[in-house]
Amino acid sequence: MTASVLSRPRPAVATPTAAKPRRRLGPGRAIPFGAAIGPVGLLTLWAVGSAAGWLDPRTLSAPWTVVTTAGDLIANGRLQDNLAVSAQRAGLGLAFGTVIGTVLALASGLSRWGEAILDGPIQIKRAIPAVALIPLLILWLGIGEEMKVLTITLGVLVPVYIHTHNGLRTIDSRYVELGESLRLPPGTFLRRIVLPGALPGFLLGMRFAVVGAWLSLVVVEQINSTSGIGYMMDLARQYGQTDVIIVGLVLYGLLGLISDGAVRLVQRKALSWRRTLAD
Amino acid sequence: MATHAGGLTATRTVRVRSLSRGFGDRTVLNGLDLEIGEGEFVALLGRSGSGKSTLLRALAGLDRDVAGSGQIEVPQNSSVVFQDARLLPWQRILDNVTLGLRGPEAPQRGRAALAEVGLAGRERAWPNELSGGEQQRVALARALVSEPELLLADEPFGALDALTRLRMHHLLRELCTRHRPAVLLVTHDVDEAVTLADRVLLIDEGRIRVDLTIDLPAPRSHRQPQFLAYRESLLQSLGVYQTEG
Repeated sequence: MTASVLSRPRPAVATPTAAKPRRRLGPGRAIPFGAAIGPVGLLTLWAVGSAAGWLDPRTLSAPWTVVTTAGDLIANGRLQDNLAVSAQRAGLGLAFGTVIGTVLALASGLSRWGEAILDGPIQIKRAIPAVALIPLLILWLGIGEEMKVLTITLGVLVPVYIHTHNGLRTIDSRYVELGESLRLPPGTFLRRIVLPGALPGFLLGMRFAVVGAWLSLVVVEQINSTSGIGYMMDLARQYGQTDVIIVGLVLYGLLGLISDGAVRLVQRKALSWRRTLAD
Repeated sequence: MATHAGGLTATRTVRVRSLSRGFGDRTVLNGLDLEIGEGEFVALLGRSGSGKSTLLRALAGLDRDVAGSGQIEVPQNSSVVFQDARLLPWQRILDNVTLGLRGPEAPQRGRAALAEVGLAGRERAWPNELSGGEQQRVALARALVSEPELLLADEPFGALDALTRLRMHHLLRELCTRHRPAVLLVTHDVDEAVTLADRVLLIDEGRIRVDLTIDLPAPRSHRQPQFLAYRESLLQSLGVYQTEG
């Protein structure tokens, strides 16, 4: 069969094929609201499954149960209280981590000695998961807020450092030469060439960092905690309240999404000089 | 100009003595001497790899990591125009022009410099919104806004199309007449050199081989027989006709 198809002689005269468009190799045009299709599909499956009785409420509560539970939790104030505590921890950790990560990246990106001293330890920290550090941090700092904020800080500073450092190191050397030819003082060089040049890297690091802050939060709040969303979920586990656990999960997801969206908004504003394929 | 045999005039802007530079085993500049007078426009010609850019970078002080010896005297206040416009993409046009300036009058001077290169009104634009020729004009404004005594230009029009290049020649000539910096223009274009320069130097095997004073009345053009004579002589020295002879 195949052989006969292959050996069939081609027509001697080329047939006009101009009207036929070329095959598209790229992914094609964007689908309107494409980002929502996956999540909405998942939600539909979940709702249909619960309504049809395929999903045991003890395994997975129905979406409407989760909504009413969320309403109850808001009504009695538990959700807000725990969210406030969690947000404070994540916010503090994010602030410390961002400042420390940026300062370390500058020290390491602008001087060979800084790099020699700092880069190794940070790469090592990067390879150690936050959970593995917690026992040590508990021994040092107890189970209080310090331990929690420090764990988040450590989780945040690594992506901020890595991406800012990379941003610094990939600044075009031609711009450095330009600075030298204009005899820029170090302060001006830093302010007008180094920092803006490293900004895209820094903001990329921030996108990882904000999501990372919430992720570290999950870890610290489910171990030895008496407040926060993670604690609320852990308590619900003990009482078998699937709906409360799901409220917590959805909340974590939303928080991550909102913070990432906020950084992307800043990114678009701050990097408006850049015209990339994404725009 | 009152330059006598020794070249010992008070109006000298650049003085280079037995300058040598090399990369690894390869000697690029080999005991080169050069003098540029105040306000003099000098074009430096040479085949690729002849050391034109090496000399310019040495004068600009941008060759710290290159091995070599010799004396260089250049004014503190000198500017460089690179082959690429080299504008900071994250700074608006005006901020690019005033990058090397300090003091409260910097924006004012930057605006004036932009107006001089015909880009008044584009102060708030981003560099990537400008055409190649416009970007190079911004680079010229940035170089001249500090009123340099010496302008070092490394094939500044090499990446531009022919029409834009002609317009840029005109602009550069005009700006130099007004600001009177000494100019060292590195180029591989003989016509460009003869059109613009008071003096054309030809560099070969690490030394200045030809030092030709161009004595032509102001609106220079290919129609002047003298222009063609200079052009022929320089092309001859560059070895363009060697294969035919």
